[in-house]
Amino acid sequence: MIEIGQAFGAAATLIAARDPELVGIVLLSLRVSLTAVVFASILGLPLGAAIAVGRFPGRRALIVVLNSLMGLPPVVVGLLVYLLLSRAGPLGQFGMLFTPAAMVVAQTILILPIVAALSRQAIEDAWQEYREQLRSLGAGPLTAAATLLWDTRFSLVTIVLAGFGRAAAEVGAVIIVGGNIDGVTRVMTTAIALETSKGDLPLAMGLGILLLSLVLALNAAAYWVKEAAQRRYG
Amino acid sequence: MELKHMALTGMLLMSAPVTAPAVAQAQKFITVASTTSTENSGLFKHLLPIFEKKTGIAVRVIAQGTGQALDTARRGDADVVFVHAKEAEEKFIGEGHGVKRFPVMYNDFVLVGPKSDPAKIGGGKDIAKALKKVRSAAAPFVSRGDKSGTHMAELRLWKVAGIDIGGADKGPWYRAVGQGMGASLNTASSMNGYILTDRATWISFKNRGDLAVLVEGDQRLFNQYGVILVNPEKHKHVKRDLGQAFVDWIVSAEGQKAVASYRIGSDRLFFPNANDKGA
Repeated sequence: MIEIGQAFGAAATLIAARDPELVGIVLLSLRVSLTAVVFASILGLPLGAAIAVGRFPGRRALIVVLNSLMGLPPVVVGLLVYLLLSRAGPLGQFGMLFTPAAMVVAQTILILPIVAALSRQAIEDAWQEYREQLRSLGAGPLTAAATLLWDTRFSLVTIVLAGFGRAAAEVGAVIIVGGNIDGVTRVMTTAIALETSKGDLPLAMGLGILLLSLVLALNAAAYWVKEAAQRRYG
Repeated sequence: MELKHMALTGMLLMSAPVTAPAVAQAQKFITVASTTSTENSGLFKHLLPIFEKKTGIAVRVIAQGTGQALDTARRGDADVVFVHAKEAEEKFIGEGHGVKRFPVMYNDFVLVGPKSDPAKIGGGKDIAKALKKVRSAAAPFVSRGDKSGTHMAELRLWKVAGIDIGGADKGPWYRAVGQGMGASLNTASSMNGYILTDRATWISFKNRGDLAVLVEGDQRLFNQYGVILVNPEKHKHVKRDLGQAFVDWIVSAEGQKAVASYRIGSDRLFFPNANDKGA
């Protein structure tokens, strides 16, 4: 229990000191996970809408697969991306292993199913409600998907935030493909794992508190934007 | 249209900072696969700035167990390996993955355990005798179990003690956790178990709880580190010249001095011995 108390002290000290090394780690965490969530959204939201509105053979199987992939273990994604990007792997020539780009790839794969599966459900629910209306207006599947994406945008924000939370919180994938290199690929979660392994539990926990605070701040900002937008356009 | 524009700008804004460091670091760098002990003890934080200042070469360290570090290099994902398991290093060279092995430095392993010491081994010097006592007391013993240099050393010591740890003598008292040195020490600390650790990690480890060094000073606890340039003939991406520059520096008088000067408090963690060709 003493350690948890110390952890808050450590967190406060960390924030107060604004150590450039720590700032670098925090910024890299945000860059990697935000980039991953942008890519996952660009791919995942249209995919979710397409599956929600479309009717094609194998659709149900695809939904089940997508839903299961939400539980992808990060360490498995990490290993897969590692094998692909390793010099001995099919994409080895690009030398991407142990770079932030590799971490973005891994996190994008990790959260794409979350964004796609959850948006599929949200959009399909809206589809059930507005199908007749949209059809009577003569909307084809493409127009319907686009309309529904816009219509459910406030739910989709929450889904994208869930994706970001997952990305920012995982350590299993980024530690394998990034290598936790000091100053190059060290992010919040891998720094926490490192401090834990050094036995500096208060510092590790302090970093954890800092990470949580950042995610909290980001969610608060997103919520505030969403509320303001809803009041104005909702 | 406006939305599209915003999304695009957003994408650029966010991807730019990720690619930017890669461009900024288009400076010279090498990747070194090394062990958790060298990284966690703070040695690299001490050495690398000196090397970088002299040569302009940045060193990116991946800290893994020795077995994993050698495997990383086998896949061609590192330019240099800096590890501590001579037999495994020689096998690595024998397979053609490494150019040549150079001894760099040594320290020693220590057997730590709870101060209550249920196996009554405290103060002894004979590691074989101590392990036998741990075995007969069936006192909790935490093993790395991860093919790291320390794990390989531990298996060798059980063998020396005449204990068949992989077979007949294995029991619930022997707990292979499959983790790095620090994580294994955390486990030993919370279950009050015995554990073999390298001295550098032990000195820099903070969560000791009730653990203390019980057996040390046996010659068989010697822990030698070696450095190897990954073979560019076998892995064409290896940065031969930059990697060689690091190898040359660490075994040079200057590099050796830098190793010797690293201390935590009054403790010296590593002892240079590049001149001992047999090490």
